[in-house]
Amino acid sequence: MEQAPQAVIIDDIDRQIIAATQDGLPLVPRPYEEIANSLGLPAGAVKDRLNSMLDQGVIRRIGAIPNHYRLGYTANGMSVWDVDDRLVDEIGEMVGALDYVSHCYKRPRAMPRWPYNLFAMVHGKTTEIVENKVAAIRELVGEASRSDDILYSTRILKKTGLRLSERTT
Amino acid sequence: MELSTTEKRLVNRWQKGFPLEPRPFASLADEMGMSEDDILAMLESLKARGLITRLGAVVRPNTVAASSLVAMQVPDHRLEEVAGIVSACPEVNHNYEREDKLNLWFVVAASSAGELDRVLARIEAMTGLDTCKLPLKKAYHIDLGFSI
Repeated sequence: MEQAPQAVIIDDIDRQIIAATQDGLPLVPRPYEEIANSLGLPAGAVKDRLNSMLDQGVIRRIGAIPNHYRLGYTANGMSVWDVDDRLVDEIGEMVGALDYVSHCYKRPRAMPRWPYNLFAMVHGKTTEIVENKVAAIRELVGEASRSDDILYSTRILKKTGLRLSERTT
Repeated sequence: MELSTTEKRLVNRWQKGFPLEPRPFASLADEMGMSEDDILAMLESLKARGLITRLGAVVRPNTVAASSLVAMQVPDHRLEEVAGIVSACPEVNHNYEREDKLNLWFVVAASSAGELDRVLARIEAMTGLDTCKLPLKKAYHIDLGFSI
């Protein structure tokens, strides 16, 4: 389980490296060296610091980020659940472990408008597939959830990776 | 759009664990039985066709920046206008229209918690609408990629 971290644990050079790579690594034979050069750092520094940020959990992964929508996974359902607070961690672990759930988060409720405290993202090529997967989650969660809903995205209005603004870098 | 078999193998294999070595693409090439040039060309093509958004790091929320999911209830006739204002904020990195009373959902990442609240205050002032902040309290599943 990943707790919401309390404090920022990286320095300015780490931030510069994240900012310089937020659009992706350059597709050249020696990408880390190229970034190091552009930042005026020693050749191995970018690679070493990315490695230590991975170890610290600041970076979750380094790899190809597929565009699910362009790959045909056009049904993107945010399933939301109103789970008993005493059971939410147990249920969250269980739902998060399902291979068709890409993200599973606990968030605060915002009453009266928003009663749901558990979010599980389910992707599929059709809404029917998503409905079936959510039905399977409902089966698993049982009476621990008082109500649930699926919010489909009807339009992607903006999607970029994390952006660090000028002032944060 | 469809991926070729080799492209699918490349994307599924390398959603995580991209090598931290001086010549990472040469390692991929070895494992895939291809040349380094072919790997680079294939990745360029996947990017150009929009099938991968990038090859890079996924940063854990709230380490580098303070971030939150935010929802707004926007009257239908104002959706375009309000979505435009929200998307224009450089601190907003995802913005989705969803089917619900709360119909606009976006992620804001700022340099600090105070700055995050200032961004939301600015959006509220510009739109005259409330924002509903739903920050992450716990992650039960770490995003380690998704088999395609």
